[in-house]
Amino acid sequence: MGKIALKHVTKSFGTTEVIPPLDLDIEDGEFVVFVGPSGCGKSTLLRLIAGLEDVTSGMIEIDGNDATRVPPSKRGLAMVFQSYALYPHMSVRKNIAFPLRMAKVDEAERDRKVEAAAGILNLTDYLERRPGQLSGGQRQRVAIGRAIVREPEAFLFDEPLSNLDAALRVNMRLEISELHQSLATTMIYVTHDQVEAMTMADKIVVLNAGRIAQVGSPLELYRAPQNKFVAGFIGSPKMNFIEGEEARKQGAHTIGVRPEHLALSTDGGTWEGTVGVAEHLGSDTFLHVHIDGVGALTVRTQGEAGLNHGDRAHITPDPERIHRFDGDGLALA
Amino acid sequence: MATQHSRSAARFMMAPAVFLLLVWMLVPLTMTLFFSFKKYLPLRGDSMANGLEWVGFANYVRFVGSSSFWPSIQATLVIVGGVLVVTIVLGVLLAMLLDQPMWGQGIVRILVIAPFFVMPTVSALVWKNMFMDPNNGLLAYLWKAFGGTPVEWLSQAALPSLIMIVSWQWLPFATLILLTAIQSLDSEQLEAAEMDGAPVLKRFWFIILPHLSRAITIVILIQTIFLLSIFAEIFVTTGGAFGTKTLTYLIFQRVLESQNVGLGSAGGVYAIILANIVALFLMRIVGKNLDA
Repeated sequence: MGKIALKHVTKSFGTTEVIPPLDLDIEDGEFVVFVGPSGCGKSTLLRLIAGLEDVTSGMIEIDGNDATRVPPSKRGLAMVFQSYALYPHMSVRKNIAFPLRMAKVDEAERDRKVEAAAGILNLTDYLERRPGQLSGGQRQRVAIGRAIVREPEAFLFDEPLSNLDAALRVNMRLEISELHQSLATTMIYVTHDQVEAMTMADKIVVLNAGRIAQVGSPLELYRAPQNKFVAGFIGSPKMNFIEGEEARKQGAHTIGVRPEHLALSTDGGTWEGTVGVAEHLGSDTFLHVHIDGVGALTVRTQGEAGLNHGDRAHITPDPERIHRFDGDGLALA
Repeated sequence: MATQHSRSAARFMMAPAVFLLLVWMLVPLTMTLFFSFKKYLPLRGDSMANGLEWVGFANYVRFVGSSSFWPSIQATLVIVGGVLVVTIVLGVLLAMLLDQPMWGQGIVRILVIAPFFVMPTVSALVWKNMFMDPNNGLLAYLWKAFGGTPVEWLSQAALPSLIMIVSWQWLPFATLILLTAIQSLDSEQLEAAEMDGAPVLKRFWFIILPHLSRAITIVILIQTIFLLSIFAEIFVTTGGAFGTKTLTYLIFQRVLESQNVGLGSAGGVYAIILANIVALFLMRIVGKNLDA
């Protein structure tokens, strides 16, 4: 079981309120991702759940029991830190066995569990090494191993992939998702990278300045963002926002169109403009087009666009995929 | 960019310093070795000009044969060991205390370091006259206040008193090194250990202490080198009485009080050998610890 509920949780450091009253339910077995720009309070929220920070007010329930004042080690949660926080003077085996040793598990049982975890994580050949002799990805796996052996109610990940290079990050992303499938344990994952959030999550919690901007499945957030912040944060490249005359025509303060919902043509369309920088990714091309009287828009086209810097082009938005926002940035139905 | 040329230039420029260091070390060493094989009693009219009598290993045999030799080795080891234990235990505790955020941290840190700036002679005299004096010392007043008989520290408990004085001087050094080591500990490691179910004492034992092991070996190494040769503190407090005669002090007595240069030099050579044995052990430990 790993059902976690936050009820009116707040956190202040001195007089600065980092997290205004916040409610959140995390179901058993869910993969929940907290995503938001740096400084939005997502790590603080994770540390509150872990018990490494005390809540200023409100209640944290784990499996229906009040855990607000329970010390971190008794909450049945395991955490993987951004810096991995491996114990540098212990071998990989001792690192993974450490929580078991603290729980006074007998040695044979300890060895069996460590071997099992090492098997899952492909660490069997490295058990006698020190963390200093491992690569970044291996260290990451040791940190996960140390979390697995505790058989926790839920795993907490604090930006675990941010110290890895791009290729390794994609691999580890898959491995963690795979792990979630096989363990079926609740996982809470903090990241500032919306791609990680979109690819891994069952449920994304978008945070903005300590407040929950929106909670939903990745595709819900993509299809129906409730506000401008979520609309701009989810999706890559970023959604284009247009204000002024064009927006008023749609009866909104601001309209938003994703780059992939803009059709490009050379002979005619809604808007006309000049092509600026083109970013060629091979499979896609991102074109920055300066529309007369509207502003700069990013357009995503499949394959190679065949347009050069300075060419004139026409752009038509998909009318079904135009998001409309009011003056406060909230989505209009 | 260490080309052949710049390397030889570097050697050339280092040469004066290396030369000076070598001379500073080699001349006294050679002279000590030379005198240790000679009969040299200035008060009996022996002098370099008249030529000194070669006595072979007689000085060495006599130095070891003296009834003060083994007690002096013992006193040396007790003082060095005692000071090391006190400074490291208290140093670790103080360092952890100073690492906590608190009001007036800067001033407290300076106060803690202060004893290190006091000259050994001065601090020993302060301890002797202001704290440990059985009539006027602060400790005597403290004892009297509780109705006890004042302890004559430097005669009744000479060795522990001396260890205390020297520890007071060296505690700042140990604290400073250990404090910087503690500050370099990644706080996430402690948090991870906390999540892993390690209570405070186990976090100290399994995380903080291993993290400090390197700094502790460095403190042991440096302090041992200096503590083997402590002299001023003994000279101004007990004058070598009440079992505080260390090897260094014994050599001093042989050369200056008995005016037997040859015998003292032989003692000096023993001191060199002892220091090297200790250094060898320490280098091995440090080497092992610094590898990791």
